[in-house]
Amino acid sequence: MDTTGISQQSLPSSSSRQEVTFVSSPLPSWQRTRASGLVRCGAAALALFALSACGNIEPWVKPYERQALADPIMSFDPNPVSSAYIDHVYEAREGARGALGSSGGGCGCN
Amino acid sequence: MNDGRSACIHDASVSGANHFRAATLALLSLLAMTLLPLVSDAGVLPEDRADLLYHRYDGGGVTIHGPSLLVRKTMAEKYSVSANYYMDMVTSASIDVQVSGASEYKEERNQYSLGFDYLRGKTTYSVGFTHSDEDDYKAKTASFNISQDLFGDLTTVTMGFSRGSDTVRRRDTITDRIDNNFSEPVERWSYRVGVSQILTRSTIMSLGLEVITDQGYLNNPYRSFRYVDPENDTQYKLATEIYPHTRTSNAVSLNARYFLPYRAAIHGSYRFFTDTWGIGANTFEVGYVHPLKATPWTFEASFRYYDQSRADFYSDLFPSIDYQNFMGRDKELSTFTSKSLHLGASYEFAKTGWRFVKRGTVNLYYDRMQFDYDDFRDARNRSLAAGTEPLYSFGANVFQCFVSVWF
Repeated sequence: MDTTGISQQSLPSSSSRQEVTFVSSPLPSWQRTRASGLVRCGAAALALFALSACGNIEPWVKPYERQALADPIMSFDPNPVSSAYIDHVYEAREGARGALGSSGGGCGCN
Repeated sequence: MNDGRSACIHDASVSGANHFRAATLALLSLLAMTLLPLVSDAGVLPEDRADLLYHRYDGGGVTIHGPSLLVRKTMAEKYSVSANYYMDMVTSASIDVQVSGASEYKEERNQYSLGFDYLRGKTTYSVGFTHSDEDDYKAKTASFNISQDLFGDLTTVTMGFSRGSDTVRRRDTITDRIDNNFSEPVERWSYRVGVSQILTRSTIMSLGLEVITDQGYLNNPYRSFRYVDPENDTQYKLATEIYPHTRTSNAVSLNARYFLPYRAAIHGSYRFFTDTWGIGANTFEVGYVHPLKATPWTFEASFRYYDQSRADFYSDLFPSIDYQNFMGRDKELSTFTSKSLHLGASYEFAKTGWRFVKRGTVNLYYDRMQFDYDDFRDARNRSLAAGTEPLYSFGANVFQCFVSVWF
C-alpha cells in the first residue's frame, strides 16, 4: 500500500466498489480542521504576547491567600501513578486521545 | 451498517503534515519567546515520593492486571529524576477473539520510563523516555516539556513535544510463534500546550491542547472486518482490516477545581476531540473529594461520560470484500457511549513523619465502566442473519490499590 495515502477515487474501478464524491470546499476536511486549529492557537499566542507587554501584573490572589489551593485535594493530578493507568485504560478502549497530561507507548488493547 | 454515504477517506499527505509541524513549532517558539522575559524568583519541583500500585481490569472477556512502581527524587533543589515500571498481564477472550474463531490468549507488556527535570528560576525543563515491550508490539517514546510560572505564580504555561517510534509484529495463530516476515513501523508526533490559572482563592482552572499525528501501520494485524457472504447473504465472512496510514487528532480539554468552605473539593472537566478519520468525541467528568474531618480518611467519587461518532471507514458489516479502500470493524472506531462511576478511599498514615518518611497514604479505587455500542453487533451468534444480531455492550470492573510514601 502507498504509505502517502490513497483516496477512493484513485483505486482501480470495480463495479462493487463504492464511488465517493469529493465535495465543495477547496480544502480537504483535515486541512480545514488544522487551519482553524492554528488560527485559534495563533489567537491564544497573540493574547499572551499582549498580556506580557503589560509588565508586572499584580497577583489578585496573594501568596498568603492560597492555603486552600495548596491543599492536596486541589491538585489536578494528585496521584500520577493512578491517573497514568486509568488514562491508558480509556485510551485503549476509546477513539479519543490526548490533552490528558500523560504520555506513553504500547497497546495492551487487543 | 455503512449506509453508503461513508465518506472520503484521506490520508494526510507527508508535505501537509510537515507544514503543520513546522507551523506548530513556530507557534511554540513564539510562546516561549513571549513568556521567557517574565522569569523571576524560583519555581517548585514535584515532591519526592514513591508509589507502588496493583491494578486489575476485568471486562468484555479480558482480564489485565499487574504492578506499577513510580519513584521521584529531587537533588540539589533544582534537579528531579523519576522512574516508572509498569506491567500488564493480559488474558483475553474478547469478542474480537471469539468472532475470529481464535482461542483465548495470554501475553505480557512491560513498560519502563525515565524522566529528568531541571528547574531554573521559574522555568522547569523536562525530558522523558518510555520503552514498552510486548512480544508483538514495541514502542519507544521521547518527550520534552517546558513549564513556566507567570504573573506572581497565578499562571503556569506548559508546552511539550513527544516523538514515538513503534514496531508492529504479528504472532502466527497456527504455530503460536512470532512471524519473522511481518514487521511494520509506526511513527508518532505529539504537540501539547497547556495553561493553568488560579482564578480565585478557591478556584483553579486549566486548559490543554494536544495535536497527535501518526504515520505507519495503524491497524491491529489480528482484527478483521466482516462482509456479506456473496454466496449466502444471511452469513458473513472475515478479512483483515485495512486502515489509512496516517491519522492526525486534535484534543482540547478544560478542567476546573473548586475548594468548598468545609474542606472538600468539587471538580469538573470537558474534552472535545476530533480527528482526520472522522471520529468526534466528547468527554465529561464531575467529581467530589471529601476528607473526613478529624480522621485520616479521604473519600472521593466521580462520574465520567464519553460519547463518540464512528470513523468514516468503520462499518459493522460491509456489503462486499472490496467495498471501499479502507475498511475497519474495530469497536473503538464505532459509534458508542461509555459511562464510568469512580469510588475511592484513602487512608493517611505517618502524618507527623516516621524515620525518613514525611507521610504516606494507602488508597483503594474502584471504577465501574459500561460501554454501549450503537453500530457494533454481537456477531458471535452465527444462527442469526448477518446484520440482525443484537447490539454489543459490556461492563468492566477496574480496581487499583496503591501505597504512596512522601520522603
